[in-house]
Amino acid sequence: MTIASQGGPVTPRRTPRQLSPGLEPTDRIFEGFSLGIGAFVLILTGAVGLFLGLESIPTFRHYGFHFFTTVDWNPELDKVGIAAVLLGTFEVALVAMVVSFPLALAFALFISDYAPKWLKGWLISAVDLMAAVPSIIYGIWGFYLLKPHAMNLARWLSQHFGWFPLFHVNTDPNAAVWQQSQYTSSAFIAGLAVSMMAIPLACAVMRAVFDQAPLGEREAAMALGGTQWGVVKTVVLPFGKGGIIGGTMLALGRALGETAAVAIILSPAYILSPRILQSGAQTTSGLIASNFGNASQSQLSALLTAGFVLFVITLIVNSTAAFVIGRSRSGAATEI
Amino acid sequence: MTATLSAAHDLPAAGEERRGPARLDALEISAWFGSTQVLDTVSLSMPPATVTALIGPSGCGKSTFLRILNRMHESIAGAQLAGEVHLNGVDIYTPGYRVTHARKRIGMVFQKPNPFPAMSIADNVTAGLGLTGRKISRSDKASLVEDCLARAGLWAEVKDRLDRPGSALSGGQQQRLCIARALAIGPEVLLMDEPCSALDPTSTRRVEETIHDLREEVTIVIVTHNMQQAARVSQQTAFFLAEANTPGGIVESGPTTQIFGNPSDPRTADYVNGRFG
Repeated sequence: MTIASQGGPVTPRRTPRQLSPGLEPTDRIFEGFSLGIGAFVLILTGAVGLFLGLESIPTFRHYGFHFFTTVDWNPELDKVGIAAVLLGTFEVALVAMVVSFPLALAFALFISDYAPKWLKGWLISAVDLMAAVPSIIYGIWGFYLLKPHAMNLARWLSQHFGWFPLFHVNTDPNAAVWQQSQYTSSAFIAGLAVSMMAIPLACAVMRAVFDQAPLGEREAAMALGGTQWGVVKTVVLPFGKGGIIGGTMLALGRALGETAAVAIILSPAYILSPRILQSGAQTTSGLIASNFGNASQSQLSALLTAGFVLFVITLIVNSTAAFVIGRSRSGAATEI
Repeated sequence: MTATLSAAHDLPAAGEERRGPARLDALEISAWFGSTQVLDTVSLSMPPATVTALIGPSGCGKSTFLRILNRMHESIAGAQLAGEVHLNGVDIYTPGYRVTHARKRIGMVFQKPNPFPAMSIADNVTAGLGLTGRKISRSDKASLVEDCLARAGLWAEVKDRLDRPGSALSGGQQQRLCIARALAIGPEVLLMDEPCSALDPTSTRRVEETIHDLREEVTIVIVTHNMQQAARVSQQTAFFLAEANTPGGIVESGPTTQIFGNPSDPRTADYVNGRFG
């Protein structure tokens, strides 16, 4: 009616109106600032990948696919490949994850759901502190304190599970005077040391998410007559799925890339061997660290290529984790 | 006494006959959060097969009182209490009386609907069985789900989508799902802490109908801020009040008709007629 009297169109207007964007100038400034920082981080990551990728081109041209299948790393003989170090990387990471995952999960649940109130704050600080300890410290600890004892565990494993290729050691495990040197400096012991630094990392992420489990759902489970374990199983674990995956992936990222601790413990050996208990192996990061200082130009390119492969693997692992978390229950997801 | 106690510890298996409404007596209950006392020597008898409404202004301790009745109060850090709560004559705070056992027999529905979001509607109903370590066959489960959802007044609305997540229901449906979940473990008493305060009027009416239908089979204690609701659903009412910096207590309790029609204390008359609170 009013429209008609004003001389406008009589038919109802159904086309959406142009709305002025709602951000205030101060909000716009902050938006631009935070967008810039966020973009910078992405560009930086992209630039690292791009740099490594470009530096890898000569190596891929020269060695082709053999770069992935060659076991040796012998630039003098022009035999260079990452088959052994990739396997070593995965072996160390595997041991680290198998050991750290259950311990981190159990400890995170203890802190979030079982620890008395007065202890909880202390435990949270302790875990955060452990996550901040430099990896070289874990390496020294692993070398001087862990190795002499872990050797016995390694021998026991090979005595009882030696039929399994992973646990086989090329010596007689039952010998009265056993060859200790065969059990030292193995992927197993390096993995144990790495697991010790992966635990606080994974535990901190898991604990933070478990603490966010809604009180309403916790109380519902309690009011139904559930035990504390019932509450954990029904509410905390389903809610914390994202945190469990996120924490584990963070730990895996660290395990794949750990250098200092591994370099101290592992005695370098470029061999394709599934025997994680036996002395001698090498990881990708260890290879780069030990050869970087005195590398020629072509060697440098080969090392950067190894780094590029590690970069891509880590990227794939993290993207997979983000995808899995994105598909899990909303609200409980965590960033990794 | 010993015989009663041990007999009370034996639970009927899932799907067996329900034990029927129990009598609940709170004797001289006092409660503290840290050093703050929130309840002072409150006693109230809640007869079997009766709906008891707890009314009173915010902060008068009625929710704390309700949570003491099934030992949820002690889950809060710093919470303490004195007094006794008798379920059919046995104090649920007796040393050695398991807290999980008390909660199995005295169910609770909360203010905010809290179905388990990762579970389907059917699994939500039977969640309490898993939590209390009871196994149930597939066919028994199906009939238990139908029975509990029917008693909670939700069966007709959800019978075609029992495998959908419970969190996909509307607020009122979620609350009735929570009632069904509480009923599935066969409680003798059902506590409800403002079960309708987050619901729209239509859902509120449905929940009130559910309360009315359940009265014969389970003793109900309901905290509500809605005077009309208290008058509609309850047979007995207790009026709680915490006056300036004193712990809360019951001013007056008795048949609902008397509390609303002819209260003996002027403060009750003022409150039920909306003159304060």
